[in-house]
Amino acid sequence: MTAVTSRMPIAHALNLGLRHAMEADEKVTLIGQDIGQLGGVFRVTDGLQKTFGDHRVVDSPLGEAGIVGSAIGLAMAGYRPVCEIQFDGFVFPAMNQIITQLAKYRHRSEGAVTLPVVIRIPVGGGIGAIEHHSESPEAYFAHTAGLKVVSPSNPQDAYDMMRLAIRSNDPVIFLEPKRNYWLKGDVSTSTTTPADLDKAVTVRKGTDLTLVTYGALVPVAMKAADVCQEEGRNIDVIDLRSLSPIDDKAVVASVQRTGRLVVAHEASRSAGLGAELAARIQDEAFHSLISPVIRVTGYDTPYPASRLEEEWLPGLDRILDGIDRSFTY
Amino acid sequence: MNGEPISLLNAGGNFTSSPELPFETDSTDVLALYNDMLMARTVDTEAIALQRQGELGLWPSMLGQEAAQIGAAHALNPRDIVFPTYREHGVAWCRGVDPVDLLGLFRGTTLGGWNPTENNFNLYTLVIGAQTLHAVGYAMGILRDGDVGTGDPDRDRAVLVFLGDGALSEGETNEAFVWAAAQNLPVVFFCQNNQWAISAPYSVQSRVSVAQRAQGYGFKGVRVDGNDVFACLAATREALAAARAGQGPTLIEALTYRRNPHTTSDDDGRYRTLAENDAWAALDPIDRLRTYLQSTGLLNDANVEDISRRGKALAEHLRAGCRALPFPGHASPFQNTYADLPDELERQMNEHLEFVEAGE
Repeated sequence: MTAVTSRMPIAHALNLGLRHAMEADEKVTLIGQDIGQLGGVFRVTDGLQKTFGDHRVVDSPLGEAGIVGSAIGLAMAGYRPVCEIQFDGFVFPAMNQIITQLAKYRHRSEGAVTLPVVIRIPVGGGIGAIEHHSESPEAYFAHTAGLKVVSPSNPQDAYDMMRLAIRSNDPVIFLEPKRNYWLKGDVSTSTTTPADLDKAVTVRKGTDLTLVTYGALVPVAMKAADVCQEEGRNIDVIDLRSLSPIDDKAVVASVQRTGRLVVAHEASRSAGLGAELAARIQDEAFHSLISPVIRVTGYDTPYPASRLEEEWLPGLDRILDGIDRSFTY
Repeated sequence: MNGEPISLLNAGGNFTSSPELPFETDSTDVLALYNDMLMARTVDTEAIALQRQGELGLWPSMLGQEAAQIGAAHALNPRDIVFPTYREHGVAWCRGVDPVDLLGLFRGTTLGGWNPTENNFNLYTLVIGAQTLHAVGYAMGILRDGDVGTGDPDRDRAVLVFLGDGALSEGETNEAFVWAAAQNLPVVFFCQNNQWAISAPYSVQSRVSVAQRAQGYGFKGVRVDGNDVFACLAATREALAAARAGQGPTLIEALTYRRNPHTTSDDDGRYRTLAENDAWAALDPIDRLRTYLQSTGLLNDANVEDISRRGKALAEHLRAGCRALPFPGHASPFQNTYADLPDELERQMNEHLEFVEAGE
């Protein structure tokens, strides 16, 4: 495989990551609804069944528990399954298998059995969808010991993190920012080491305030930083990438420089990732804080009807408002 | 399918062949079946005693299900793999799992107890029906390994998954049946219908027999007398042979009875009668095999003495082994959760170890 760089959307980068992982390891096997001939409802697995056959790209019957439960069995038999759950709101029938079985098996077997299963889930709102198609369930998974939870925000990470997740010996919940599937960027297939799967990345250097987010909100956070720049405020933007474990060292180091932290996520506020980060920051960087940690998030309601989502979601204006509140405290 | 279960060895210990289920006693080490059934009962009896003495927190007894478990287990080849519920103590015994290792889960020294890769016997599964899907996935792996239908007995293999009548009501079992049928997987579903899911009788769960349900999924269902070790062995042999040969799944219903409460914490007097229990005690699987062995002259003073001695040694091994089960290390929950220990968890581990050390 010679390294090439080309411009492509996140969906294609994920596809390429899957393809290269499948080429590198014949045990990598994809399971999901409509992922074969159709290529997935978002076309992320487009063409893979044609290349690798229906034994490696398995069009499953409906049944999310079946997808994850059979992936567990396949992993026990020495395979590296990559599951696709069609939409965020449909992962819940599989929660029993994920929480009581997948996450716990290594612990129960005292390390004798590892289950290298990746569960891909398109997440988040902003696409004008009907109910159950716009949710952000990351906190459920991040709260579950034994799982890793990651979310790429750009094509390069989509490619790199997919391959790293498949290589991981721990189960990985892989959250794909669905509204940005068609966001383009350069992807290098270079074999040089990408950032570790569990490391946050500073995507913009700044000195005045730390803005932490992940997934679909990263480009929004970058825009917010641009606006702030015009006002003379330098924002340090961190793309968390890994939601479990959380790379809190990166956030702590930044807050120790800036003294201010704003966390943004689409998921509901209470008991969310923002709450976790706020707790860790007060623990590790209490004396560096100039103002309280501000959370800009979805609200503690079910995801609203899509005509309301633009105001419900933490968009540019709400993030800027959060930043203002931090500076004017 | 919905009628009387197939029986080869009746409650009186008489063997009758059946055109529905070919079985030859000559081709089977009947004495080994008897020995293993007795050893399984010994494990069960000792574990109950250990629970009464406070050495175990809980024990799910298998009393009355010896024929189903030992019969099914004797149909296995070494390369076949088993996915058990939490009551397959007899199957574990036949697979070579040290019975002391079964106790750890119930003594609180472990959440597993044995290395599932060593004996092709998976860890117990407490969440009802969850293991049926793992069995399906493993069978998908066997299919992809090409270890089905080669005709090479050293290569072809299958999955034997145990479930109870209660699991038939779980959605995941439905998914497992759908997947196994659609992909024609090398998996045998062995349902011990012991008629009680804690206090829920089978009648609460279904209007048709367990075996009859297979028809709706498009694979074979077989109903056997679960207290008849010959019928259980013959049905499982046939089903596993078909699975290894690439002929797909089978659902076996072994109709039996859980003679003890669900677990040592249960009080079955609140939901069923002693008379019902007595009626099933009269159908005891071990008694009928003993009668058969006596009538055929296979049981003599020497082997009776031999089995008795082995039973006593096993009981002693369990008593001593249970008390000697090592306590888990303070760091073990942290170390075993992830293959790569995350920084935060390492911090928590160190915090905990310092706390523990300060208290000691």
